[in-house]
Amino acid sequence: MTDQPTGLSRPVPPLAKPRTVKLPTVAERTLDNGLRVLAVRRPGVPLAELRLRVPFAGPSGRGGRAHTAQAQLLGDTLLSGTDRRSAAQLAADVQAVGGQLSASTDADRLGFGGSVLVSGLPGLLEVLGEVLTSASYPKREVVGERDRLVQELAIYRSQAAVIAREALMARLYGEHPYGRELPTAKEVQEVKASALRSLHAKRIAPSGSVLTIVGDLTPARAIGLVEKAMAGWTTISKAATSPALPSYRSRPALLIDRPGAVQTTIRMAGPAPSRTHADYAAFGLANLVFGGYFSSRWVANIREDKGYTYSPHAQIEHPPAGSRITLSADVSTPTTAPALLETVYELGRVATLPVTQAELDQARRYAIGTLALSTSTQAGLASTLSQLAGGDMGVEWLHEYPRLLGSVTVDDALAAGARYLAPSGLTTVLVGDVAEVKAPLETLIELEQA
Amino acid sequence: MPATAKTASAPRSRTTAAGPASPSYAIERALLANGLRVVVSPDPSSPVVAVAVYYDVGMRSEPQGRTGFAHLFEHLMFQGSASLGKTEHFTYVQGNGGTLNGSTHVDYTNYYEVMPSSATELALFLEADRMRSVAVTQENLDNQIAVVQNEIRVNVLNRPYGGFPWLLLPPVLFDQFANSHNGYGDFIDLESSTLADAQGFFDRYYAPGNAVLTIAGDVDVAQVFMWVEAHFGDIPARAVPDRPSFGEPVPTGERRAIEYDALAPAPAVAMAWRVPDPADLQTYLPYVVLAEVLTDGDASRLQERMLLQDRSATSISGYLGLLGDPLDARDPTPFLLEVHHAEDVSPDTVLATVDQELARLATDGLEAPELDRTVARMTARYLREVDSVLGRATTMAVFEQQRDRAELINELPGLLRQVTAASVQAAAATLTPQTRTVLELRPGKAS
Repeated sequence: MTDQPTGLSRPVPPLAKPRTVKLPTVAERTLDNGLRVLAVRRPGVPLAELRLRVPFAGPSGRGGRAHTAQAQLLGDTLLSGTDRRSAAQLAADVQAVGGQLSASTDADRLGFGGSVLVSGLPGLLEVLGEVLTSASYPKREVVGERDRLVQELAIYRSQAAVIAREALMARLYGEHPYGRELPTAKEVQEVKASALRSLHAKRIAPSGSVLTIVGDLTPARAIGLVEKAMAGWTTISKAATSPALPSYRSRPALLIDRPGAVQTTIRMAGPAPSRTHADYAAFGLANLVFGGYFSSRWVANIREDKGYTYSPHAQIEHPPAGSRITLSADVSTPTTAPALLETVYELGRVATLPVTQAELDQARRYAIGTLALSTSTQAGLASTLSQLAGGDMGVEWLHEYPRLLGSVTVDDALAAGARYLAPSGLTTVLVGDVAEVKAPLETLIELEQA
Repeated sequence: MPATAKTASAPRSRTTAAGPASPSYAIERALLANGLRVVVSPDPSSPVVAVAVYYDVGMRSEPQGRTGFAHLFEHLMFQGSASLGKTEHFTYVQGNGGTLNGSTHVDYTNYYEVMPSSATELALFLEADRMRSVAVTQENLDNQIAVVQNEIRVNVLNRPYGGFPWLLLPPVLFDQFANSHNGYGDFIDLESSTLADAQGFFDRYYAPGNAVLTIAGDVDVAQVFMWVEAHFGDIPARAVPDRPSFGEPVPTGERRAIEYDALAPAPAVAMAWRVPDPADLQTYLPYVVLAEVLTDGDASRLQERMLLQDRSATSISGYLGLLGDPLDARDPTPFLLEVHHAEDVSPDTVLATVDQELARLATDGLEAPELDRTVARMTARYLREVDSVLGRATTMAVFEQQRDRAELINELPGLLRQVTAASVQAAAATLTPQTRTVLELRPGKAS
């Protein structure tokens, strides 16, 4: 096999004229109880998707840690029974209408996700309404789920990626709720069923919450069904948001020992602009050129040129109290220091030298194209709209963002790279075999050891 | 090329009195002179398109001494082709607003792009270019061996429960090398792979006649068949290898093995039974439904018993096929149950509980609404998957490749509705302790 067989090469065909992406029509109504409902008709398959976001942030410090444990277990037991249905009955009723329903919590919100045969949407909404107003947190289920959560946390924390993520969040956010995404086993063991009932009564309220429905039905019908199912949900609560983030300062890299590890789990993170920030489009493109997609410099360097790693990526996340950029790469143990060297080099390059116009244009087309792909299914559109609503944005952002991307210049990308991707400004955590990687790493950077 | 290509119209699914909806996606076919099979499903509702190519070769076809080669070769298909150098395939797709990937399975290897529909011809060109010729240098081969080794480290070697059970179970369940070997690859085998191996593998298995091309989304059928002919039509035909039977006898007694995982904090147990040849959907689908009856949600038999009542398990999953897709593997293939449990619950307790529940199903059958609700959710989940153009392209491709019937994309919900309670009960009766293979995973090191 040779590198370019002769005589077989063909010209690459041009693109056709792109079709305009039509913005979905979003109907919106705020119900009497304060619940905001968004509905979109999207035929295709006879299903409906629902997403419900309930503000659910906790305070900083010790109270916040108790809240994290309670919130986690509340998410695990919300669907464990109501005044009228046992856990198994509830699950059977959801299944019978061709539905699925799940609940989860993070530092900012309680989220429900569901999908259902459209004929079963009334049934699914009825169950959801019942859960919101009369979830019963039976003691037996709470105790059982509590033990299960403790076991799951142990399994979760045996993963290098989770060890690294927990250390990274703690280093970035300290005592802020973002600094501790998961409770300890002890904190979970202390949660009682009565605390869950009380938390539910105080915090799961319609005002401030947003329910999004996308599916094969008219918005009027969707909103009518929601109104009927949610009429009894009248809890009053002041929607809480996460406290302001502590001021950010980067610190020396943290090295955590995982004796015998065949790879080092490298994570780097720092603050990033939110989607409504003036820098966001430029930053989004600078990040893509650096490491935000496969066709980036970082992937070309440490994977496709040097083979140090399988799947390096730089990801932007948007928790409401402050967005962040996180770099992830799992590199083979002997290449740990060289991989970090190349990473710092690529970060430094995007922070100090202009990207090429071709790199910028390619990243721009990727960002615009994948935004359209993400809304081409019922599930994708529902998730996108729900996430936008969580950031106080509407569907018009789907048109506005491509327009902003279109105006980003090479200079803008350089300024954003310097501001958000400078290696000196990021916080680094490494989980690996200290005996093998510490000395080589110390030739490059200052290290603290956990 | 079909003489009459229909005009694209928006596919609509209908709910009928007979039960949950069956989709009605349009399906157009062509067979090129070089043997390439082509299926197109037009849908103008979103300006996006998915293009997928399925080669009828997977991990089972790897020769001894070359474990992991099908997957390594999948990586090489991104390293250069007739007209493109390394990384260009990626930049043409992503740089024009698309996403892409490839994956290696026991019976096939696939490649796909999802793009704005204005890039349909480009996507076809890119797939045709590497079907025409793959171009790999020694440097790029060495590079991708290192990348694949890092993939195995991150997914298996540096991860608790890595490869459990998909890599650990086959050597216990199967006797034939084709079925039992490590499909991710032994590092020594990977490192000794050569460019000649790659060219030989390409020549043998990547012939146009050994592939299916599917296109789903916002395309004009006549136009897309013209592009297919223009880009793929002159790829020379090559001999298509006979697909050997990988069949082997069903184990005649219980098999058991223990693996230790130094990274895992808690034990787990996997159970596997061989099931009838998936080629016959009528005898196979009851097993697919049975997996859901046993493990899908709090109302399923094993979850209700072990998670809600006994509290003897941390998590339970049940599925067909080592990689979890019930309809993409040929015979021989297993039914699997995977149970994670606390240290103070013995694996024998887990096994005894599963046996009890299977025996109860085999004796008493399903309760009246149990089958209906199980099939209702399976149908909804299936429809959700094919709502995406990529889900449609990949579903049609595997049905066309393995069953000559892309139309199954529309027929599957109806076939699921035809599964009877009696057939699920009969399937449960075959999953006995005498015919199972058990793999225990214990935390720590072997003492």
